[in-house]
Amino acid sequence: MSYNPWVWFAAFLTLCTFSFLWRDNPFYKFAEHLFVGVSVGYTISILYHNSFMPRVWEPIVTNHQYYVLLPTLLGLLAFAIFFKKISWLIRYPIAFIMGSTCGISIPRSFEGYIFKHTQSTITAISPGLPPFLLISNIIMVIGVITTLLYFYFSLEHKGVMGKVANVGIWYIMLAFGASFGYTVMARVSLLIGRLQFLLHDWLGVIK
Amino acid sequence: MNIWEKMMDIDRRWIYLLVGICVLIPLIRPVGLPTFTTPYTQALFDYIDKIPPDGPAILISFDFDPATAPELLPMAQAILRHCFFKDINVLCLGLYPTYIGMIDMALSNVKDDYEAKSGEDFVFLPYVPGVTAVMLSIGEDIKRTFGRDYYGVPLDSLPMMRHIRNYDDIALVLSISGTQLPREWAVLVGTTYHVRVGVGTTAVSAAEFYTFLQTGQFVGMLGGLKGAAEYENLIHAKGYTKKDTRKVASMGMDAQSFVHMLMIVLIVIGNIAYFNIRKKKAR
Repeated sequence: MSYNPWVWFAAFLTLCTFSFLWRDNPFYKFAEHLFVGVSVGYTISILYHNSFMPRVWEPIVTNHQYYVLLPTLLGLLAFAIFFKKISWLIRYPIAFIMGSTCGISIPRSFEGYIFKHTQSTITAISPGLPPFLLISNIIMVIGVITTLLYFYFSLEHKGVMGKVANVGIWYIMLAFGASFGYTVMARVSLLIGRLQFLLHDWLGVIK
Repeated sequence: MNIWEKMMDIDRRWIYLLVGICVLIPLIRPVGLPTFTTPYTQALFDYIDKIPPDGPAILISFDFDPATAPELLPMAQAILRHCFFKDINVLCLGLYPTYIGMIDMALSNVKDDYEAKSGEDFVFLPYVPGVTAVMLSIGEDIKRTFGRDYYGVPLDSLPMMRHIRNYDDIALVLSISGTQLPREWAVLVGTTYHVRVGVGTTAVSAAEFYTFLQTGQFVGMLGGLKGAAEYENLIHAKGYTKKDTRKVASMGMDAQSFVHMLMIVLIVIGNIAYFNIRKKKAR
């Protein structure tokens, strides 16, 4: 069993959080509020030491690089939201962020998402592939086409179109099933991680 | 009320109890069920294994916080072990403030086993705001982007950083994440700077990244706790770990299998109950 008081405190908080499985209670509320408070405090501290001091304070005050004032002022305008008379000023930092992000993302998204994936689907069925891979790729291409047609709403889903869209639904359902299986694995992993902490780090009953 | 109706009305806390038992028992008494290596884990392992010692570095982006640490921290530690054993230089990066603590934890758990030194074997980069801007800025100049390492030492003075300027000197960007950030790495950085990108992700996100593997935008992928366990087994089999190294992810795989079996049984019983009740109502 651990003699470290922090391990004991972490174990206590883990048990407090698990107590929600029974029902909502003050122990769970305590752990929840502590988590929120510590997260915010930690983030502010990291931002202060890693961002504000080396990127705002030192350049302006120590190195006299006054051009840094310009982006600093633009950033400070975000706080205008708290003052009713000048709250409209927040539009400028938001416009800057929107504009720059769109400019960076749009061409690369076309290249990385649309062109690359379309090209990969088109070239998936090509001669010379091993038989198993070829069959897998044919199934994949059918899935892409039928799923896309399911989301094509300018034609009524009747007759041939209805049957093709129905195949698309099956593909979507299979994707949901795969996601659900993975989700179970993810959630159980979190439980395993906590129980390993309780049994190994705290109680020392497993290696 | 027949047995099926009673079953549909069961208190969910019984399910929690069953799940808890299915996790606890294999953790205390491991069964040792086999875990097979998937091609995508093998591909990532092979890619890293072929990087020459003290050649181009690996940039590991620790894109996760404590909420997903049980899945992703073992992954990060296994990859760090691999790199330190092979003398591959590692750059550790966190794109959000809460991710920084994860780097600290992973390095603390691993570096002493390999006598890895800050500035020589790895560089812990500090938090710099502006996710996309940081990703792109590394492509121009890492030293200008960060200035100093996490401990406040100027990057210019670190021996490891003498030959590392931008993505041209990086063999692989590995995003370990439970978010959409691996996609951003692949699309923004992989497309623009033609650097290879790998991913270690939570099981929840794994399904959506398969398309990026098929297009070749990811070199390989570790998916969830199983991916971490596979990687642990690979480095262990190659003798890259110490004898007493805890295989954290592998130890949890028995519990994973038990709970999945329980889930399958519960889904089958639930469906039988549902159809029985529907049949009864139809009569």
